[in-house]
Amino acid sequence: MRTLLAALLLAFSLGPAFAVEPEEMLDDPALEARAREISKELRCLVCQNQSIDDSNAGLARDLRVLVRERLTAGDSNEDALRYIVDRYGDFVLLRPPVSPRTYALWFGPALLFVIAGLGLVVFFRRRQAAPAETTTPPLTEEERARLETLMDEDRKP
Amino acid sequence: MNKRLLFILPVALLIGIAVLFAVGLKHDPSIVPSVLLDKPAPSFDLPPLSNDKPGLATANLNGEVSLVNVFASWCGPCRVEHPLFMRLAEEGEVPVYGINYKDKAADAKRWLRDLGDPYTRIGVDRDGRVAIEWGVYGVPETFVIDREGTIRFKHVGPLSPEVLEETILPLVRNLQQ
Repeated sequence: MRTLLAALLLAFSLGPAFAVEPEEMLDDPALEARAREISKELRCLVCQNQSIDDSNAGLARDLRVLVRERLTAGDSNEDALRYIVDRYGDFVLLRPPVSPRTYALWFGPALLFVIAGLGLVVFFRRRQAAPAETTTPPLTEEERARLETLMDEDRKP
Repeated sequence: MNKRLLFILPVALLIGIAVLFAVGLKHDPSIVPSVLLDKPAPSFDLPPLSNDKPGLATANLNGEVSLVNVFASWCGPCRVEHPLFMRLAEEGEVPVYGINYKDKAADAKRWLRDLGDPYTRIGVDRDGRVAIEWGVYGVPETFVIDREGTIRFKHVGPLSPEVLEETILPLVRNLQQ
């Protein structure tokens, strides 16, 4: 039991595993932190739903090293990202940029929400505007007479 | 009139979504369109694989329509498409240049000796850096380059006879005119 507990503790204390290997890392901790930040934004094109920071693919490693080289050469974060995007396209960014091509993606859900909201408003307005139609019409003379006879029958012992 | 609209609208919506899904199912997300299309080939200069065949540099892509094929001896699909390049080399319609991607020289040489060497030039990209300049993310990849050294088409994955006959060769002939 105790060993199991110790093993579990150890397992959870390790935290998420990253693919970055020690020899890739930069000596300057500030630059390395920026490199990690950029790497998390970049899609690994070999294993598409991982960032290059998480991926063990060869290309992901090459791109991590490339990002670090660009930073060491004095690139800003944006410059380094742009360098990769120029070669691999917007798809390499895990967060798609807001552009006319992605308007539907960014604003589509909000638009659907607004349309649904408007639909609801129209629906309830209409129901309120025409209450007479929905309420039950009063009984006709004929119906009233029939009801009376039925009730009388019941009252008889 | 209003009631009819109430009926048509959901049906139209359903058809729209069905079309969207049908397109989405056919779309292969592993094929990423290249942003380098209609842009000049990246500047690079790769050393040769062996003494009897020249290396490959940007300048070599000028003056003639050509194909650039990124290959490696360790890449299985490269073996699949290889006979097509051998045929192309035999017919001599368009020169095929090779970029040997992250390969060991001895392995690459043996591979070409065993299967045949269709390439007019071979540049060795030992660390894969030049391939990144080309936006390569999976070998094999094949590019069509026009006379001015501009990238006109890119195919990711092994070439099939259909892609070669129906897309690449017509484009090459068109560019050659």
